[in-house]
Amino acid sequence: MDPEAAISIRGLVKRYGDRAAVDGLDLDIRRGEIFALLGPNGAGKTTTVEICEGYRDRDAGEVRVLGVDPARGGRRWKAELGIVLQSGAGDSQLSVRELLSAQASYYADPRDPDEVLELVGLTEKAGARGRTLSGGQRRRLDVALGIVGRPRLLFLDEPTTGFDPEARRQFWSLIRSLRELGTTMLLTTHYLDEAEELADRVGVLAHGQLAEVAVPTAIGGRGTAPAVVSWTEDGARRTAETATPTAFVAELAARFPGEVPDLAVSRPTLEDVYLKMIGDRS
Amino acid sequence: MSTTAPERAALPSVTRVSRTRAGVELKEFFRQRESVVFTLVFPVILLLGLGAVLDYDLGSGVDFPQYFMAGVIAAGIVGASLQNMAIHIAGERSDGTLKALAGSPMPKTAYFVGKVAQVVAVTIATIVLLLVVGVLVFGIDLPTGADWLTFAWVTVLGAAACTLLGIAVSSLARNSRSASATITPIALVLEFISGVFMPFDQVPGWLQDVAAVFPVKWLAQGLRSVFLPDSLAAREPAGSWELGTVAVVLGVWCVLGLLLCVRTFRWQER
Repeated sequence: MDPEAAISIRGLVKRYGDRAAVDGLDLDIRRGEIFALLGPNGAGKTTTVEICEGYRDRDAGEVRVLGVDPARGGRRWKAELGIVLQSGAGDSQLSVRELLSAQASYYADPRDPDEVLELVGLTEKAGARGRTLSGGQRRRLDVALGIVGRPRLLFLDEPTTGFDPEARRQFWSLIRSLRELGTTMLLTTHYLDEAEELADRVGVLAHGQLAEVAVPTAIGGRGTAPAVVSWTEDGARRTAETATPTAFVAELAARFPGEVPDLAVSRPTLEDVYLKMIGDRS
Repeated sequence: MSTTAPERAALPSVTRVSRTRAGVELKEFFRQRESVVFTLVFPVILLLGLGAVLDYDLGSGVDFPQYFMAGVIAAGIVGASLQNMAIHIAGERSDGTLKALAGSPMPKTAYFVGKVAQVVAVTIATIVLLLVVGVLVFGIDLPTGADWLTFAWVTVLGAAACTLLGIAVSSLARNSRSASATITPIALVLEFISGVFMPFDQVPGWLQDVAAVFPVKWLAQGLRSVFLPDSLAAREPAGSWELGTVAVVLGVWCVLGLLLCVRTFRWQER
């Protein structure tokens, strides 16, 4: 176990009947980082996250979240966490500001509800009842409720499902500003561009185990995989696969008087390697 | 780098959070038109409707509205406690409200204090509304002297038993709609066989025995002792109001309800 880690997991096992949803998982999440947990439905993402949040018990293994076993976490421990559940916070007759003020009153040192509304872009909706919000606004309210207690560790379980592209970009900048404030985040998502955009490291979960943990640009051997160089020559599209794209492009540049027409160099996308990784294991 | 966290301010006290929760629960109830109509207005409609239609003399100068006052207040208390708790907590469980609260540092006691505050407020509002309508529309006689004291303790014990039972049965339902579909008919049947809508001595004997197992019968009987002259006690099964038994049975249901709550309450769906 790493005592410095925000989350430290060793040999975690959780069974539902005969099926092991999590099957010997090891993971350390450092303080201050954004860690994205990826994996297909049923890979054990939500089970793992909910064990860390203290919602579910485990069958075997050791878990420490901010140094505390979540199965024994009390009020003081919960006050250090922010939780944005996949299911959201439920219906309410209260206004957005009233909901945030009530949530803030459970914590020792909460953020100012109005500042949080500003941060998530809901200032104009402060007086609206929770139930009248659109899907994207509700999700931002969920995030607001998750951060109003000034958490040191924030859990985000599929926070942008149902967002339109603009709302997702706004959400990403919100997450980046929270990172600036030093909040550690554990993010689960189905969107690989989201993980690539936000995460310091990603972990791919398949069949209850971590297939790999790496920075987004290196996972699945992306950083060293052959690059594909493509350009246009004699009116035709040409492509070449090469392990040394820099040298290749230098050679290519020498053959043309000016710019190489339509030059592009690409590595496998996160999606390519992700699909390969979860495909290999199923 | 030090591993100890910077010292944080103390968490808010249970009392303070309880006050917040009481405010939340009152807003949640009184701002929802369905719950206000269903719980507060429905007993008034019953009183106005049945009071206008049914017109029989129960003897000792007691007309139907005077008799029905005890029954409709019992129904109002059951609605504010048993039905209200069962339906709304089932809804909070299925929509994730309870799960979110369980993950926060809110002391769990504060949640239940908030619910109790809601039941108290709704119960008082229901009773006041029914008394005002009863006096103004039907000229019913208000209780006098020590009857007010009986009124108070029967209401408190009955509402407490029904609140605890409501919290307990909320765990049986999948969501608020299924809770409503289950608990509303059960409450109605209990009210019918407990002498809420008609004189208890018109209920068949074996149904009276069934009713005597449940708290609604004893709640209604205790309230009849408040609103009816003592000469009508002769029409009760025991020939008296049995206030001692009312206290014991309602008290036992409080204990049973509390045990059920402790054993069955869940903060998330299964």
